[in-house]
This record gives sequence, structure tokens and C-alpha cells, in this order.
Amino acid sequence: MAVVEVKNLTKTYGSRPDRGGRGRAAGSVRAIDGIDLATEEGEYLVLLGPSGCGKTTLLRTVAGLETPTSGDVLIDGHVVTGLPPRARQVAMVFQSYALYPHKSVYGNIVFPLRASRMSRPDRDRRAHWAAGLLEIEHLMARKPRQLSGGERQRVALARALVREPHVFLLDEPLSNLDAKLRATARDELKRFQAEIGTTTIYVTHDQVEAMGLGDRIAVLSHGRVRQVGPPVEVYDHPADTFVATFIGSPPMNLVPRDGVLVGFRPEHLLPAAASEPDALPVRLAVDRVEYLSGDRHVYGTALGVGEQTRVVARLPATVTSPVTAGDEQEFAVSRDRLRFFAASSGARMDRVPL
Amino acid sequence: MTTATTGQPATVGRPPTTMDNAAPRQRLADRDSALAWIFLMPSVVYIVALVAVPFVLAIGFALSDVTAGDPSFDWVGTRNFRRAFDDPVFWRSLGNTFVFTAVSMVLIVVLGKVLANILMAKVRGKWVIRFLVLLPWTTPVSLSAIAWLWMLDSIFSPIDWLLREMGLLGSPGALFGPNSNMYWLGEPDLAMASVIAVHVWRLTPLAAVIMMAGLVAIPRDLDEAARVDGAGYWRRMFEITVPLVLPLAAVAALFGAIFTFTDMAVVDVLTNGGPNNATQTLTSWAFFRGIDGGDIGQGAAVALFLFPLLLAAAVAILRAVRRMEVR
Amino acid sequence: MSALTPPLPGVAEAARLRRTYAARHVASRVGTYTAAILAAFLCAAPFLWSMVTAFKQNRDLYNPANNPLTFSRPATPDHVTYLFTDTSFLTFAWNTLWVGVLVVAITLLLGLPAAYALARLDRPWAGWFGVAIFLVYLVPPSLLFLSLSRIVVAFGLQDSTWSLVLIYPTITIPVSIWLLIGFLKGVPRDIEEQAMVDGHSRLGAFWRAVVPLAFPGVVAVVVFAFTLTASEFIYALSFVSPTADKVISTGVPTELVRGDVFFWQSLQAATVLVAVPIAIVFNLFLDRFIAGFTQGAVKG
Repeated sequence: MAVVEVKNLTKTYGSRPDRGGRGRAAGSVRAIDGIDLATEEGEYLVLLGPSGCGKTTLLRTVAGLETPTSGDVLIDGHVVTGLPPRARQVAMVFQSYALYPHKSVYGNIVFPLRASRMSRPDRDRRAHWAAGLLEIEHLMARKPRQLSGGERQRVALARALVREPHVFLLDEPLSNLDAKLRATARDELKRFQAEIGTTTIYVTHDQVEAMGLGDRIAVLSHGRVRQVGPPVEVYDHPADTFVATFIGSPPMNLVPRDGVLVGFRPEHLLPAAASEPDALPVRLAVDRVEYLSGDRHVYGTALGVGEQTRVVARLPATVTSPVTAGDEQEFAVSRDRLRFFAASSGARMDRVPL
Repeated sequence: MTTATTGQPATVGRPPTTMDNAAPRQRLADRDSALAWIFLMPSVVYIVALVAVPFVLAIGFALSDVTAGDPSFDWVGTRNFRRAFDDPVFWRSLGNTFVFTAVSMVLIVVLGKVLANILMAKVRGKWVIRFLVLLPWTTPVSLSAIAWLWMLDSIFSPIDWLLREMGLLGSPGALFGPNSNMYWLGEPDLAMASVIAVHVWRLTPLAAVIMMAGLVAIPRDLDEAARVDGAGYWRRMFEITVPLVLPLAAVAALFGAIFTFTDMAVVDVLTNGGPNNATQTLTSWAFFRGIDGGDIGQGAAVALFLFPLLLAAAVAILRAVRRMEVR
Repeated sequence: MSALTPPLPGVAEAARLRRTYAARHVASRVGTYTAAILAAFLCAAPFLWSMVTAFKQNRDLYNPANNPLTFSRPATPDHVTYLFTDTSFLTFAWNTLWVGVLVVAITLLLGLPAAYALARLDRPWAGWFGVAIFLVYLVPPSLLFLSLSRIVVAFGLQDSTWSLVLIYPTITIPVSIWLLIGFLKGVPRDIEEQAMVDGHSRLGAFWRAVVPLAFPGVVAVVVFAFTLTASEFIYALSFVSPTADKVISTGVPTELVRGDVFFWQSLQAATVLVAVPIAIVFNLFLDRFIAGFTQGAVKG
């Protein structure tokens, strides 16, 4: 168990002249652009962001697979920048699981122990402990190619776990599973981490995973951290319009009005009849209604709040008022559900009277 | 649909398509089974005519008394084989072929792996290094063998000169003896070593290229996972890279075996089988008997001996590859 | 539980480790460069030597006391010009070139469709056929040349360079089919299916969609086949004896080695002149060749 901290970390690709050869030196890419971030003891921190936002690079820098251009990585208070992965006592689960295809499940699990020169009886004991924890003891003699996706994921976890590392690094470990399996695997991952209590950094682009798993979520975009906080906070109080629209499905509605963006979640835009009396009235020209597993998604144009903007409303099954496409209907949003962002920078700002 | 029947194609506004006029009948070019045969036939016919027929003919030669002077077939049964078995040179060639192939194959595969790693490394001037390293393989073998003939000359060998300069040769008590020259191709054991060395020199680049293919195919994730798991360079090399590259190493070994087994240019140019048949292989012996000696039947009998050996080696290697295939 | 995991290095320890790893990194770079240069030197040594030798005077060359690495007497281009003026070197080179080009063309003409049939047309016997074709590659020239020389005579091609055009594809076709299967399997199936949906026949899809995409692989096969052809020795030696019809691999040794007399400088010059262009071309396509081998060999 340990705290991982990165200080003012940057990573630039393609600027060094010895890579890439002729002609490509000019275009350098800044994958990580000055990130400060620290986990707490035993925390489950999720790095969330769209592809290319630098989240995997950040994880690999913590693992020691990438050398940062500047800044430091600290594990448990010790600066480990410049040390190779094996001096860092971290374990990583790759997106592909990276199981050694020529080794049996047992061979895969004991590999880190053999690398740390543990005696044979000890490593046998540890391997069976880890396998038992993940309920894969019956698979010990198999080769990775004889396993299902879910079993492979468990083997990869067992291999990461067996050494009892200071930190777990997980790089989208669920993205290779089918949707059904993913839900159960997510649940298991969470319970498992709670049991072991090891600090975990988890990279994903899937907000559902992030919300479900993380003690805290760090939202990344273009190599910068946009917001760090518990799922509820990130969802309810997004730091800027990027976070507001990246998280939530459908995303937060943003209506421009006098240099301010007025934001509200689709589930808070309800028919006036179902709203509180002092709620902000929104006139909605309804285009289309979708029925999605009990909920109704209402697509339309918001009138009267600010500029005319396309918005979405999500009506839970408990709201039964009729909504018809083609009509103009009265909707409303609770005033305490409104969020405000500066139109110029996108940053959150104080409440504006409407 | 209606274009043809209405008689007013212009108003319909849709150009006639093949569907409309060519009917649902499948054309030849669409029938996979027919196409497969048409595509394969030329190669098959060619190979049957110029490999299978000569192969059978060679068996016929081996069982007859054909010579360069008397090209008529006369059945002699196994006489050519019995004559070959009675000839000590045959057994010597057979033994040499085994030594030659086995030693070269091991060296080619091991050095090929090392060379592949070197060629994959990130270094400046990689292109120049690859170019120089590939020279031995891309040069016609008869020419590179001649270049080596000069290197190993009994009087003017530059290697000998270097050894003399370093004091390792040509003075009393020197490491390689008091003679002024090594006579690389004149001493039986040295000659065999020289032939093998030249062969390994020539084929290692090919093996390296084949194994580079294997190295390129290993997912980067695996190496990185091993690094995070705490494995050092040598452990990653011997526990991850080498096992994963083994199937292609076997392919490289197979190519090495084929080229070694069937090639006689190196022997022919360097030693002509000598001294005293010390470097005679089955291939070169068959050539000397069949073409130089004109005894075609005998030559064919000796050459025929190559095929089952090569077949056995190939089957063994290919089966090993199948078993090793992990993905 | 932390009893198991060694503690992370402290500040002093980390600094020491960092120095160790930095030193190790430098050492590995030095080692890599040393190995690369050594490998290049070992492989190229005879050619480097040849380049010196080719310009030596006879009196310089044939004196065992002289340094073979440098010129003890002024360099002379005589032996190199001799190669061009007094031998048929250019004829040999030309013969090698056109034989190679024709052989490669025949190889592709026969091999490409055959490889496609085995790679894509999903015949149940395709696997067996592939193995059988590879086994053909195992039949050594040294076994066939005796009977092939009869067949060459039957075609009336004895002592003609055309005999090589006829026979060489027996070497190149099997190995090319084997490599091409790999390249063709690497072309996504979707693409030819798209072409077929767009109205091409299977044949049309092969020709318009698959071949262009496999083109890099085809180029690699061309280079490999050409190298094999240029290197071939036994057939060229047994089928063709007139000087004007010889190719480089047999012409140079026979023309410049007269009995016991070796025209060493000219031989060395010829070796370098032939080796360098082929190696350059091969090197240009090396990466494609490697890619083809990966697909072809492992998936068999």
C-alpha cells in the first residue's frame, strides 16, 4: 500500500532528433502537459478521458515504461523517476492482458516471483493463494489461448496480485470483454480491490466504469487534468464544460445566455407538472421521443432560457405526463440543479440570477 | 427491373446494370471451385513437368547404367547403390554431410538470433549496418566463395598475414605453430572448419532476417509486462523472446538445412571436395560422379540419398513448428 | 503483507540505483554499437578486402611480406578495366539480369494465382497442397540436374541461356507461393468482399483489390526470387557452357580462373560490383520481406 504522486509531469513525443528519422522532427506531441496528481492510501483512482488524452501515457510513466520529459513520479514518498519498472514494485494489467502465451497459467502467475528470486515452495504457496483468491485454481495447467476472455483477465489480475505490489496499475482491463461479462467483472474488480486494499490506478475511457469503480475520478483531456473528485462531485459539480459534457449520457445540456452557459442534466429537465413550483420554466419544442428501458428521452429545442438550443430531457418511468413530438410543452428545471459556466473559457462560475 | 420492358430507359433514370442483362447465371470467374483449379493448374503442371518427372527420371537413372557416353537405359537394379555403399568415399561424404549440416545449422540459428537482435537495435546508421550485414546472403554464392578462396589462400591469405603480424603464427612457439601459413584449405580438419565457416557466414544473414520477422511479431505488451513484473534483460530474453521466436527459428533452421544440404558451390569452389575427400559431401560427390565422371547412374543414386534425409529433417522441423505454435 | 514486498528504495538508495541504471544504460548502448559494428565488419570483411585487392598491382599482391590491407605500391585500375574490356563480364551481367527478370515474371504469373487459390478460395485441400508445394522446395537441384539436363536437351535448349529461364522457376515458384500465401492472407477479406459487392467478379476482385494491396509483398517476393536466381550455380554450370550464354555466377569463376591461374584483382572487382547493387535493392525491401515472413511462416 502506498501513495502515488506525480508532480508537474510532462511528456513530449517526437521532439528528440534521434527518433523517427528524417523530416518528422518538427511535429512534437505533448501527451502529458503538466500534471499534478496524488492518490490517497489504498484509494481506487480512475483516470478517465477520451482516447489520446494522455491517460495511458500517464499510467505508463508511473509504471516506469515511459520516461517523463520533466517532472517527478513519487511512490510512497520516494522519487522513482528514472528508475526502471522493476525497482518500483508496481504491478500492471495491460489492456491485452499480455499473458505469456507459451507459459501455463501457473507459469504466468509465478513469473514475477521468479524474477524476484523467491524460493520454489514460497512461490508455489503464493501462486495458489492468488489463484484461490481469483478462483482460477482449476485452470493452473492451461495455456492462455485455452482460456475465455474473463478467465484471461483473472489470470492477469492474479499475476499482478501475487507479488503484493505497492500499487496496481490497470489499463482498460475490461475493454476486451463482452458487455455482459464486463458488468460482472467490474463488480468483482471493485470487491476485490476493497478486499486487498492496495492503491489502484485505473485507466478507462468508459464513464460508466469510472463512475462505478472509482473512489475518485480524474478527468483528463489534452494531457491536462480537468477535475479530480469523487464520482458524485464530478457528476454534479463539473469543473468545466468539458467534464460536464464528457460525463453523463446523454450529456449535460448547455444553453448560452448573455456570455454565460446555463447547464442542467437531462434528468432534471422535467415537465412543469412534475416539477417544484419555483422551478425555472423552460419551453420545449419537442422533436422526438425515445423510449429506453422505461425512461423517456425527449429531444427538442429549449425556448425562453437563453438562445434557442437543442436539449435533451430524460423522464424517469415515474413521470407519466404525456409528451408528444411536434408540440410545444412547458418543462422546468429546479433552480438548485442549474450550473453556470463562462462561455469564453468553459470554466464553472458562480450562480447567476435568472 | 423495368428498364428493359418499358422501352424507355431514358425516363427511368437508372443506367442498365449487369444484373439486368446478364441474368442470374454464375459466370466462370465467380465459381470458387473452378477458379481455384484454374489458378493452381499452371503451377501444378509446371512443377509436375519439371520437378516430378525429372525426379522419377532420376530414380530411373539410379537403377540403370546410363553414362554420359552411353545414354541408353539398361536396368541394373540396385547395382549403383551397392557400388556406392562399397565406396568408402560415399560413407565419408555421408558423414561429412551430417557434420556439415548439423554444425552449420546450430551456428546459423544461434548466430542468426544474435544478429537479428543487433539489426533490431536502435542505432544510428542502421541502414549501413543492415546493408553490410546482408552482403553475404545477397552475393551470388560462387563469387563470395571466390572472395573467401583468396582470404584462405595457402600463401597470400590476409588472415595468415594478420596472425603473423600479431605473432601468433610463423615463429617458433607461436600459438598456431611455426609454419608461415595455416593452409586453411589444405589440412583436412581446417578445411572442413573453413567450409563450415564460410557457409555459416553466408547463411546467417538470411536466418537473421527470418528471425527478425519473429521478433517483430512479438507484441510489445509482453516485453513491457515482463519488465513491470521485474524481469531483467536476460530473463526477458530467455523466458519471453527466445521461446516466442522459436517457431521462426525452426523455419530459419529449415532454410539453413536446405541451403546447406543442397548447396555445393562453397565446397566446389573452396576445396573441390579435398583434401583427400575431407570435405566431400553427398551433393558434391554426386556432381563429381555424375557430371565430371560421366557416370550418371551412380551420380543419381548418390543424389537420391539426399531426398529422404532432407524430407525427414523437414518433417521433423515442421512438426516441431506446429507444436510450438502458441498463437 | 509488506514483509513480502521489499521496501521501496530510500533517497540515497534510489540515487545509487539511478546511477547504476544510468551506467548500465550507457554500457548497453556501447555494447550495442560495438556488436553492430563487429557484426557489420565480420559480414563485410571479405568485400572490404576485395575492394583493396581489386586495385593492387601484381607485384604488390603476390608478395606475402606486403601488408594486404594497404597499398605497398601505387593503386592501379588496370585489373578493373580488364574486367570490362577483355572479359565478357558485361555479357554475364546482362544475361543474369534478363534471366532474372523473366524468371521473376514467370514466377509471379504462376505463383500469384496459385497462392491466392490456396490462401483464399477455401478449398478443403488447400492445407495439404501448401505443404506439398513446400516439399517440392526440398527436392535438391543436385538430385534433379542430371535428369533435367536430359529434359533441356529434349527442348533443344542445351547451351542456351533460355534453358535457365525454363528451369529456374522450379526453384522460385514453390518458395514464392509459400511467401505469397502469407501476404495474401494479410489482405483483409472485407476488401475483396467489398469489391465483389461493388460488382466485380471474384477474378476481378483478386486483380483489382487484392493484388494492389499485396503489392509490397509481391515486391519482396520479386527481390527474394531474383536473389535466388542470381545465386544459382549447379544448373547454370551443368546446362550452359558457351561463354556468351553464361550468367555471372558461372561466367565470372570460369572466365577469370584459367586452370591454376586466378585473375584475383578482376575477380574481386567483379564480386564487389555484383554484390553491392543486389544488396542495396534487397535492403530497400527488407522490412516488407520481414513482414511477409511473419504472416507466411507462422500461419503456415
